[in-house]
Amino acid sequence: MRLVLALPVVWLLLLLAAPLAIVVLIAFAVPADGVPPYSIGFTFDNLWLVASDPLYRDALVRSIRVAGVSTLICLAMGFPMALAISRAAVRWQNPLLLAVMLPFWTGFLMRINAWIGLLADDGLIVRMLGVSRLLYTDTAMYIGIVYTYLPFMVLPLYARLSRLDPALMEAAADLGASPWRVFCRVTLPLSLPGVAAGAALVFVPAIGEYVIPALLGGPQAQLIGKVLWEEFFANRDWPTASAVAVWLLLVLVAVPAAAVRLRRRFSRL
Amino acid sequence: MTSLLNIAGLTIRYGATTALDHLDLAVNRDELFVLLGGSGSGKTTLLRAIGGFVRPDAGRIVLDDTDLSALPPHRRPVNTMFQAYALFPHLSVSANVGFGLRQQGMSRAATRQRVEAMLALVRLDGFGSRRPAHLSGGQQQRVALARSLAPNPRLLLLDEPLSALDQSLRRDTRAELVRMRRSLGVSFVLVTHDQEEALEMADRIGVMRDGRMAQVGTPADLYERPANRFVAEFLGAANILPCIVDGTAVALPALGIVVRTARPFPNGPALLALRAERLRIGGEPLPNAVDGLVTDSSYAGDVLSVSVRLADGTILRVKRPLADGLGSASIAPGSAVRVGWQPEACMLLPA
Repeated sequence: MRLVLALPVVWLLLLLAAPLAIVVLIAFAVPADGVPPYSIGFTFDNLWLVASDPLYRDALVRSIRVAGVSTLICLAMGFPMALAISRAAVRWQNPLLLAVMLPFWTGFLMRINAWIGLLADDGLIVRMLGVSRLLYTDTAMYIGIVYTYLPFMVLPLYARLSRLDPALMEAAADLGASPWRVFCRVTLPLSLPGVAAGAALVFVPAIGEYVIPALLGGPQAQLIGKVLWEEFFANRDWPTASAVAVWLLLVLVAVPAAAVRLRRRFSRL
Repeated sequence: MTSLLNIAGLTIRYGATTALDHLDLAVNRDELFVLLGGSGSGKTTLLRAIGGFVRPDAGRIVLDDTDLSALPPHRRPVNTMFQAYALFPHLSVSANVGFGLRQQGMSRAATRQRVEAMLALVRLDGFGSRRPAHLSGGQQQRVALARSLAPNPRLLLLDEPLSALDQSLRRDTRAELVRMRRSLGVSFVLVTHDQEEALEMADRIGVMRDGRMAQVGTPADLYERPANRFVAEFLGAANILPCIVDGTAVALPALGIVVRTARPFPNGPALLALRAERLRIGGEPLPNAVDGLVTDSSYAGDVLSVSVRLADGTILRVKRPLADGLGSASIAPGSAVRVGWQPEACMLLPA
């Protein structure tokens, strides 16, 4: 019995805490030629370099912006979807949710490759819209990110919206609120915990996204995930790569923490 | 004086089932009208139709001179107090009560004043800044009442307003609702399945059955002069015996006796309804009487419930008041008794 209870702790230590501790350790280490390419030490140089060098700072700021904009687009698209599914006839709700999750049945890289074909210069979308090009631009990158992470926004929103008591919306209408004001004063405020959960689920993976910008985005788009990859594999500068990872982690901890605080304020309801 | 609310030919169907079937109803000004019925009788559907939450398939709902049928809920000058209260969990008590006022475009200052007056009316002064979740069930009920009354509706609809309260609180709240309604002069249409609640609170009751009005009248009308077997059995406990009416003589063929009634009724086959508490066991002789054997008697505090088997096997239920020294006087099963009643106690119903 004790062993069963201890097992999750062991997994957590082994799979989460230990790798994290190593990354933090290397972030404070001194770069060195050799294998491994660092020697144990304690210096703030790596963290300071990442914070002060425009290359890293700009990539981080750009990543935050890309993830933020993607989250907002996912929210703008996902909220009406979640609302529509939650208000659909009960027998339609599960098929519609299944449709939202259907893309996960196919491999991620395969689907991104399909987008390359769709967005290509001689592809369907470019010809239909009459634009000069889409592939290898920011637009294509956003399309890829929003496409990939939209279900992560829709599902928590749906979970929240479907649990709202319809009598609350009726009560608001009964007291003279037009459908738009019912939405603003009752539906939207009560769905905020779902918004926070969805935003965190989209923002966190989007900020470190490496594959989609590399495959769909332009060459000028230096995002933090790509910088990290290059420091580690191309430059073999493990301490700097680790420092980038630590900074990224700090941003990622700050955002869900804000979301959790927001949720706590509303979960007392 | 014309009535406040007029409903004519209201029909509502859900797929194959008919919830309301060509229903007509008039509700007066300054009255508490109770819609009474079992589940599936259509009473809640009728309330929701007046509020605007279900669309009628046919018929009209007219308030004063305004036809409500085409108006969405937020344009109707009626408010609803919802069964589970439906208080907004993210808003304070004050914001809940003031919600309707703000929608009407009332200024913040005026809203604050009116909210405070409403909270005082329901004896919740000082609770304005709390969240509904931090109130007791009785307090939530009063917030819901204050919220639905705040916009000054011409008609208030109450959907089982007391069903979520415990027994003792429910009794006090009945009287309080009635008193508050009188002082405000607003008409209430109240839905309930509790006949005791209906009799005690209502100015008039509409008993509903299968999407139609079985009978509309004052509590005394319905209790003393039920129009049909359904109403007689739904309100109070009634014994129903088949009979044949001839003038004031009522023959009970199964028992081979004839009893007297005080009220005229068309001659021919009919049903005789006798209220359990209008029947007497023993005592001085009464104009109508029938003999039987006691099969069961149980003590219920204020009355002794006695079952008497008649010659043809019919069980007659009698409620014997336990007052003035009768104490717990029980009647042993198997005792031969004579059950008597006055001609006025005979209620005749169409067969």
